Amino acid sequence: MARGQAKPAAGKKSSVPGPTGTREEMLAYYRQMLLIRRFEERAGQLYGMGLIGGFCHLYIGQEAIAVGVQSIKKPGDQVITGYRDHGHMLACGMDPREVMAELTGREGGSSKGKGGSMHMFSTAADFYGGHGIVGAQVSLGTGLALANKYKANGNVAFTYFGDGAANQGQVYESFNMAELWDLPVVYVIENNQYAMGTSIERASSETHLHKRGHSFRIPGEEVDGMDVMAVKVAAAKAAEHARSGKGPYILEMKTYRYRGHSMSDPQKYRTREEIEEVRKNRDPIEHLQDVLEANGWADEAALKAIDAEVKAIVADAAEFARTSPEPDPSELYTDVYLEVAQ
Amino acid sequence: MTDVLMPALSPTMEEGTLAKWHVKVGDKVVSGDVIAEIETDKATMEVEAVDDGIVEAILVPEGTEEVKVNTPIARLSGEGAVPAAQPVAAPVAAVAAPVLAPPVVIAAAPVEASLEGKTLVKVTLRDALRDAMAEEMRRDDSVFLMGEEVAQYQGAYKVSRDLLQEFGDRRVIDTPITEHGFAGLGVGAAMAGLKPIVEFMTWNFGMQAIDHIINSAAKTLYMSGGQIRCSIVFRGPNGAAARVGAQHSQDYSAWYAQIPGLKVIAPYDAADAKGLLKAAIRDPNPVVFLEHEMLYGQEFEVPDDPDWVVPIGKARIHRQGRDVTLTAHSRMVGLALKAAEILAAEGIEAEVIDLRTLRPLDHETIIESVRKTNRLVTCEEGWGPMGVGAEVIARVLEHAFDDLDAPPVRVCQKDVPMPYAANLEALSLPNVEDIVAAAKAVCYR
Ligand SMILES: Cc1ncc(C[n+]2csc(CCOP(=O)(O)OP(=O)(O)O)c2C)c(N)n1
Ligand SMILES: [Mg+2]
Repeated sequence: MARGQAKPAAGKKSSVPGPTGTREEMLAYYRQMLLIRRFEERAGQLYGMGLIGGFCHLYIGQEAIAVGVQSIKKPGDQVITGYRDHGHMLACGMDPREVMAELTGREGGSSKGKGGSMHMFSTAADFYGGHGIVGAQVSLGTGLALANKYKANGNVAFTYFGDGAANQGQVYESFNMAELWDLPVVYVIENNQYAMGTSIERASSETHLHKRGHSFRIPGEEVDGMDVMAVKVAAAKAAEHARSGKGPYILEMKTYRYRGHSMSDPQKYRTREEIEEVRKNRDPIEHLQDVLEANGWADEAALKAIDAEVKAIVADAAEFARTSPEPDPSELYTDVYLEVAQ
Repeated sequence: MTDVLMPALSPTMEEGTLAKWHVKVGDKVVSGDVIAEIETDKATMEVEAVDDGIVEAILVPEGTEEVKVNTPIARLSGEGAVPAAQPVAAPVAAVAAPVLAPPVVIAAAPVEASLEGKTLVKVTLRDALRDAMAEEMRRDDSVFLMGEEVAQYQGAYKVSRDLLQEFGDRRVIDTPITEHGFAGLGVGAAMAGLKPIVEFMTWNFGMQAIDHIINSAAKTLYMSGGQIRCSIVFRGPNGAAARVGAQHSQDYSAWYAQIPGLKVIAPYDAADAKGLLKAAIRDPNPVVFLEHEMLYGQEFEVPDDPDWVVPIGKARIHRQGRDVTLTAHSRMVGLALKAAEILAAEGIEAEVIDLRTLRPLDHETIIESVRKTNRLVTCEEGWGPMGVGAEVIARVLEHAFDDLDAPPVRVCQKDVPMPYAANLEALSLPNVEDIVAAAKAVCYR
């Protein structure tokens, strides 16, 4: 039963704002968002070629969130999310080669090919996964924050989850403990309006997810997740709150996924027009492109050069992922246990 | 020039129908444009362009059926079409290749911890567990305890008595009644390098957390290719309590012992419980530690030694015998020892093996014993089907089939939920008489 709230924010193209960051900063965001988009398009293609197996959840449309939030990440701050994780890893600075090679299940993958699309990690990049069970990352991320407080290291755990995951019981168990113990965690809800084929109205009694922390006294805020600068500003404020010992903060990012839930989703639950509407009027990359051009910070040639550079990186990653060998059969039995040091 | 290939739309798709083209030769496409529709027996789906370019040729006309995945269906040319391989610029903001888990010291074969020559003191199982935690917490600041009522209340079963007083509320943490949540927090903290001890008031409530124990704690080392460690102990009372009915009386031994990535310990006496809990806390892997409420108050002899550590993965021969092997763990060891006394009076010498660790299971010790006795009875408090006894017997059949003089027998709980009524509860649980009868049966006596 639809409650008729919180439709995917459609409508007019937002007016082009003046600069809210430096030129270098905004060009870097543009490049990162474009890298994620091109990477995901290529992943979709490799899936179509049978090189990527199983489930593969693309991040196309949501790029501004990982890029904006992680732009304010300090060394040691952790990032954790669900199975729609490729964008977060690229925004953490992981090598596109090792991410793509994990998708193809090869030796050169970040988990030596043993994790796959939904289970990728990089301790060097502070990326803690990559979790396939909806909602699990919320208590794990809160545990990372518990460790930060225990060690008094001044770090924050950025814990991402979807609008569907927001209905999991463990989310509220975690909210309660996070506020009770003032844990330095920023919860980033990526509200892309759908959990597989179920729209948020059909699954949630309160669709304004940033309010979900109210009964735990956790402040929350709705953010335009299609505007990388808005995301960045909100994330900086939330992280400052958490880092200063005031406890958790919830950011509800209003966003939209352009592709199916995973590669095998026929998308019967929404219209082509609905997707086109967002693509045309709210696309995060085009929006930033408009800002860059309007401020005279990048002309068409400059943007094209970035595009060519990104395409080359992605082509190289795809080639690496295609040619990297499958893991050695001996890897079957490694990494089940760590040996006990005596 | 780039070929557009017939895509697989699901993990199992091998071919499909090219239902419709949305572009024609000469059209300009940019990545993301819908260029065609494809039908499978399950669904109709749209194909989006991955590359920019001009459609140079349509290779498979619309309406074609049984187009195999990866067949070229169109050709793009011109600006933006990037060939598959091309030299690279450096990755955007690349970090160094991930640091894999540093090489670990391979342990020498675990030394058998022996009580011989040690000063022994009488300690209850409850206090032995407490002492193990306290000693490890003194040794390592990253060890902490969390769970319901562990701090101010001093433990629902008083296992954490005095820990709050000594270590404070940073390291002895009372949680809300949220097993799924706090088990997840514990695993997250372990992934960040701490060594949590997560207490479940009983393992019955740990069922709410089984997802994190298995999916998050046990598997992440493997899924991360060795990067993410999870040194954590989940502990609490397991098995039948007295007169609490079906939801509060259940043995989870077999459940957790099936999971690669976990170590599973179920000790009987206080010396083993203390030494094994200390080993579990020091272990870099996730450990499920199954205690028994009915033994908490029982006194045993424990070495007076803060370095008393019992290696994980070694069974213990509690009593030597030549006629029949009895395997047991946790409370059933006590019952097996009593049965052995009764059997001895009737001239049957039983060898009693305390499994102590269920994963990894020390089948060498069991097989060696069966080679001597040629007869086997397994004893467990839980249900028989797919159980610990079933596994012990399977290993003996694999390795010592020719040494057996009789089919092995399982002593276990009756195949029903635990009844509440006193007489039915007693009927449901395996007892000393059951073990004696089974031992006689395999000895054909
Ligand atoms: C506990 C659990 N239940 C069901 C699933 C199957 N599943 C995977 S993703 C998903 C939808 C989640 O939607 P949302 O949280 O909105 O995230 P999004 O996919 O939109 O990023 C479901 C039901 C699962 N992985 N885990
Ligand atoms: Mg969603």
